[in-house]
Amino acid sequence: MAQTQVAVQDVTDQLIEKYGYDDHFHDHHDGDKYQSNFITHYVFSMDHKMIAKQFLITGMFWAFIGGLLSLVFRLQLGFPAEDMAWLKPFFGKWIVLNDAGVGTLSPEFYYAMVTMHGTILVFFVLTAGLSGTFSNLLIPLQIGARDMASPFLNMLSYWFFFLAGAVLFFSLFLSTGAFSGGWVAYPPLSALPQAASGSGAGMTLWLLSLTLFVVSVLLGGINYVSTILNMRTKGLSMWRLPLTIWAFLVTAIIGLLSFPVLVSGFLLLFFDRSVGTSFYLSEIYIGGQALDHVGGSPILYQHLFWFLGHPEVYIIILPAMGIVSEVLAIHSRKPIFGYKAMVFSILAIGFLSFLVWAHHMFVSGINPYMAMIFVLFTLIIAVPSAVKVFNWLATLYGGSIRFNSANLFAIGFVSMFISGGLTGIFLGNSAIDIQLHDTYFVVAHFHIVMGVAAFFGLFAGVYHWFPKMYGRFMNEFLGKVHFWFTLIGAYLIFWPMHYLGIAGVPRRYYSFDNFESFAHFGGMNQFITIAAVLVFIVQLIFVINFFYSIWYGRKVKVKNPWGATTLEWTTPIKPGHGNWPGKIPTIHRWSYDYSKDGRDFISQIEPLSEEEKKTAHH
Amino acid sequence: MESVNSRTQRNFTVEPALFGMWVAIGSIVMMFAAFTSAYVVRQAQGNWLEFRLPEWFFLSTVIILLSSLCIHLSYKEFLKGNTANYRNLYILTFVLGLGFVITQYLGWNAMHLSGVELTGNPAGSFVYVISGVHVLHVLGGMAALMVGLLKAFILPHRVTAKRVTRFRMMAHYWHFVDVLWIYLLLFFMFQ
Repeated sequence: MAQTQVAVQDVTDQLIEKYGYDDHFHDHHDGDKYQSNFITHYVFSMDHKMIAKQFLITGMFWAFIGGLLSLVFRLQLGFPAEDMAWLKPFFGKWIVLNDAGVGTLSPEFYYAMVTMHGTILVFFVLTAGLSGTFSNLLIPLQIGARDMASPFLNMLSYWFFFLAGAVLFFSLFLSTGAFSGGWVAYPPLSALPQAASGSGAGMTLWLLSLTLFVVSVLLGGINYVSTILNMRTKGLSMWRLPLTIWAFLVTAIIGLLSFPVLVSGFLLLFFDRSVGTSFYLSEIYIGGQALDHVGGSPILYQHLFWFLGHPEVYIIILPAMGIVSEVLAIHSRKPIFGYKAMVFSILAIGFLSFLVWAHHMFVSGINPYMAMIFVLFTLIIAVPSAVKVFNWLATLYGGSIRFNSANLFAIGFVSMFISGGLTGIFLGNSAIDIQLHDTYFVVAHFHIVMGVAAFFGLFAGVYHWFPKMYGRFMNEFLGKVHFWFTLIGAYLIFWPMHYLGIAGVPRRYYSFDNFESFAHFGGMNQFITIAAVLVFIVQLIFVINFFYSIWYGRKVKVKNPWGATTLEWTTPIKPGHGNWPGKIPTIHRWSYDYSKDGRDFISQIEPLSEEEKKTAHH
Repeated sequence: MESVNSRTQRNFTVEPALFGMWVAIGSIVMMFAAFTSAYVVRQAQGNWLEFRLPEWFFLSTVIILLSSLCIHLSYKEFLKGNTANYRNLYILTFVLGLGFVITQYLGWNAMHLSGVELTGNPAGSFVYVISGVHVLHVLGGMAALMVGLLKAFILPHRVTAKRVTRFRMMAHYWHFVDVLWIYLLLFFMFQ
C-alpha cells in the first residue's frame, strides 16, 4: 500500500510538471508577503486556507456557546420545578431566588436564550462556520487557483464575521439582557424598545451584529462566485467540477440575492425603532398607552424576513449536500450516481428556494389562494431533494464502502435528511399547518433536516479534509464514538418532539404549568433534556479530538491519503501560499473517476488514455 | 484587485474584479427590489397618501444622466491618452455627482415643506428611505471617485491593464446608480 502510494505521488508531480500551466507565480517572490509574520499569517491572513481555519474555529466557539444556551432552556423545560440556585454564580440576577432560597430561571432570560440559540446556530455556526469554512478551503484548492479572486475582501469577510460575533457576544452581558423576541425578530417585539427588556439595547446590538454579518456574507459570496466562474484552471469546465464546488456556487448566489433583502427589512425596522416611522407598526397599545404609529404592516416584515429566511435554510444545507456527495463517492470508491441530476437538483433547489417563503406565514393571515401557490412550490422542492437522496443511496449501493468517521457522518446526513425531510411534507401543506404550526413538530422538523443534518455535513467535511488542513488525521476511534452517540442521541432528542407537536404543545413556551392537557408530557420533556445534555457532552469529544489532532494526530505521510481524484490532493501535504509549489495542474477529466478500467481511481490531472478517448463523453 | 491572481487567470473572459463588481451590483439590485416590492405590498393594503414628487427629483435625474455621460467620455479620453480631457471630465463627473446629492436633498426639503413627513404616512416614508439609501450608494460611488480623482492627478497618465479594469469598475458602478435612480423615479411616478 505504502509503496503504491509513493509511486502515485511521483506520478502526480510528473503529471503536473508535464501538463501543468506555468503562471510564473513563484518567480516574483521577495519573501512571501502573505505569511511573513505572526500577524499576517495567523490574524489578518489573506490566505484562503488560513481564513477557512479561522471560520471553522470561530464557528466551533459559537457552536459551543449556542449549544450551552440550549441546555439552559432545556433544563427549564425538562425540570421546571427543580431548584436552579446552583446556576446563580453563572447567570446572576437572571436566576431569581425566593424566600426559601429556591432559584428559578427568569422568563426574560429564557426567551433571550432561545433567541440567541437560534441566531447563533443559524447564522454564526451553520452559515459562517459551514459555508465559510469549506468554501474558503475548497474553492481555490479544487478549481486549481492560487487563491481567491480578492484575498483582501476575503480577509475582510472573516473580520466582519468576527465583529458581528463580538457585538452579539457583548449583548449577552447587557444588564437588560440580550434580545428575546425570537431569532426571526418579528415586530412589534423587535420594533418597540419598550416591548420587552431585551427589545432595547439587546435588539439594537442584535440588529448591528446581523448587519455586520450580512456584510461578511456578501464579501465572501462575491469572492466565491467570481473565483469559481473566472479562475478555474485549464480544462476544468463546469461539468467537470466536483459537486462541492457546485454547491458552494449556488449557495453563494442564493446568499447574494437574499441577504440584501434582509438588509432592506432591517433598515425599515431600524427606522421604525429609532426614527419613528410606521412601516411595520400599526395602531398599538403598550402598557395601556396608545402609540402614535399608524398604518404599518407587521406582515410586511415577515415577507422581507422570510424572503431571506427560507433561502437561508438552503444556504445552510447545500454546502452540507455538496460535502456529503463528495465524501460518499470517495469513501464508496464509486463515481457519484447521476452527476448531472445532482447538479440540476442543486440548481432547482436554489431556484425554488426563492418561491416558497410564505409557507412560514400560513397562519399569519395571508390570502389562502396565495398560500396554495406556496404549498405547491414547497412540495415541488421535495422532487429535487428526493433525487439527491436517491442518488446518494445509489452511490453507496454496491460500493466498497469505508466506514470511517467522515463517511459515517455522510451516511448519517442522508438518514437525517430523509427523516427530517419527510416531516417537511406535512408542514408544507397549509391545511395541516393549522394544527402543526408553532408546535414542537416544527422544532423537530427543522432541527433534524437542517440543524443536525447540516452539522453532520460539517463533521463529515472536517473529518475528511482535516488531513488537508493540518497535515494530520483525527483519531478514528473517538470519531466513531462521536458519530454513534450523536446519531442516536440526536434522534432521541428530536423524535419525541414530533409527538409533542402533534399533541399541540406550542414551541417557545417558558412553562406548561397552566396547561392541564400537556401535564403528562413532563416525563418526555425530562427525557429530551437528559438526551440533550448527553449529546452536548459527546460533542466535547469532537472538540478534544480536533485540537489534540492538530498537534498530536497521526501524521499524513502521503499526498493523497483517501485516494481521491480532485485537485486539493495534488498539492503538497501542507500547501504553502499559492497552493502548488510549481506549475498549476490542468484538468483532463471529471472529478469522479473511481473504480474505472480496473483502477481504484484516476486523478483529474491524468490525461485520457487512448482507450478512453475513443469512448469518452465527459 | 490583488495582483496575486492577475497572473493566474487562464480560463477567463472577464477580469475577476470586474465580474465581482457585477455580482455586487446584483446584490444591490435585490436590495432595491425588496424595497420596491415592500412598497407595492404596503400600498395594496390601503391607507396610502398620494402626493406629487418634488420637481427637484426631475432636475437631479438630468444631472445624474450627465454625470454618467461624463464618466463615459472621460474613460474614452483616458484610453486615447488625452490627459487634460480625461481629468476635466473626471472632475465634472464628480461635481455632477455632488449636484445630484444636493438636488436630492432639496427634493426632500420640498417634500417636508409640503407636509409629507418621514414619520407620517408610509407612502412618504418609503420615498424618503428608498431615495435616501440610493443617495448613500451614490455617496459610496463618490468616495471611490475621489480616490480615482487623486490618482488621475498624482499618477502619470499610463494606460495599464490594472487601471483600465479599475476605471471600468468605477464607470459600471456609476452607470448603475444612474440607471437605478431612473428606475426608482419611474417606479415612484407610475406605481
